[in-house]
Amino acid sequence: MSVCIRFDGEELVGRSGQTIAGVLLVAGHRSWRTAAGAERGIFCGIGICQDCIVTVNSIEGVRACLRAACDGDIVEREVR
Amino acid sequence: MRIIVIGAGAVGAACALFLAEAGADVVVIDRGGIAAETSSRCEGNILVSDKAPGPEADLAIVGNRAWRTLAERLDAERLPGQPTTEFEAKGGVVVAFGDGATLEDFAVAQRGVGIRAVSLTAPELRELEPHLSHAVAHGIHYPDDAQVQPSLATQAMLARARHLGTELRIAEVIGARRARGRIVSVLTADGGIQSDAVVNCAGPWAGEVAALLGSRLDIRPRRGMILVTTPMPQRVFHKVYDADYVGAVGSDDAALQTSTVVESTAAGTVLIGSSRERVGFSTALTLPPLVEIAAKATKLFPFLADAMLLRSFFGFRPYAPDHLPAIGADGDVAGLFHAAGHEGAGIGLAPTTGELIAYAVLGTPVPLDPTPFLPTRSSLAAA
Repeated sequence: MSVCIRFDGEELVGRSGQTIAGVLLVAGHRSWRTAAGAERGIFCGIGICQDCIVTVNSIEGVRACLRAACDGDIVEREVR
Repeated sequence: MRIIVIGAGAVGAACALFLAEAGADVVVIDRGGIAAETSSRCEGNILVSDKAPGPEADLAIVGNRAWRTLAERLDAERLPGQPTTEFEAKGGVVVAFGDGATLEDFAVAQRGVGIRAVSLTAPELRELEPHLSHAVAHGIHYPDDAQVQPSLATQAMLARARHLGTELRIAEVIGARRARGRIVSVLTADGGIQSDAVVNCAGPWAGEVAALLGSRLDIRPRRGMILVTTPMPQRVFHKVYDADYVGAVGSDDAALQTSTVVESTAAGTVLIGSSRERVGFSTALTLPPLVEIAAKATKLFPFLADAMLLRSFFGFRPYAPDHLPAIGADGDVAGLFHAAGHEGAGIGLAPTTGELIAYAVLGTPVPLDPTPFLPTRSSLAAA
């Protein structure tokens, strides 16, 4: 089973059950947020550091490392 | 001349820096480390907006100017790999839910001593802070309010002092050796350090340190708590606080007092303060102030109701009974100086405090009249 999400207008395909961060990493994205001018992406990977947050289906502050990717998800970057 | 600075917080670091720049041989002693306590448990405020006309306002105005040149200098001269002070003159906006008359009177008095305070119409307020509750109709803009990242700024000052030869020792002060009423060395668990002068910059512990050194100083702790949200897109653009903050800082009431102070950081988190409690150095019962802070902040910025919290923290602010810092020579022990009791304003007042201490110890030029801050003033005498 695969899932398809949109990130910055790009269609990304992941495996069912994979996190959004997993899908982004497999697609070659190492960072997807900027804070204080620095790049942010996966740091802790276990929901603690809040560095990987993205907006998913218009909901802000979603931790990409915890949220399973669902078919049709619209994922957007967050800038401070 | 060897000078021992006790305390590696912002005030101790600033004293070490100005003393070292004046050519003194400085040793900084701290039992925890650099900015291990109050200076890393605060917001890094460099405010003029909360100061009523008087000696502290004068110190804050000079300090605000001093930070601009100091931060620029520290950032320019920093060593490879050392972060910046994150100085940011983001400005403050003080708001009121009521008719704003008290706010306006306070601003009028402040303008009289040279603090820039711009009264805002409702549309102007909305333009500066679009996410502010529509129930807030009055505001004053203080363009000179600023901040640094307090632990980085403290590290930067100490790094510069160390570059000039200052030595940092991690040790606990346990006493002093005196000869004919004068301090000749400071004793630590690791041995004694000979000294020509000692500067007590122990923040909320300055009273205890004064006692260890054979004197006394009435400085006590006041607990202040801050909530931190998860990072989010920027919706707060200044330091926004309600007019109660000024009253809470100056209050003599021992009970819990809260007032709303909201601002966003460069990392995207929002800091939500603030509380003032006289509970000694207690770390217990931190939930009631946090609940009150959160409820009030949500009234000011309704979007915070949906914000997630990352953590909370608290620090102990050192306060003097007359709410002025004690800066200058001790009245009883020769060679002993104090720089403590800055309450919640120690970061902002640190550089000028450093200059006043360099004046007191070495006689270097002084930026303003040191008299109101002398530890020997009558309003500081222990009851």
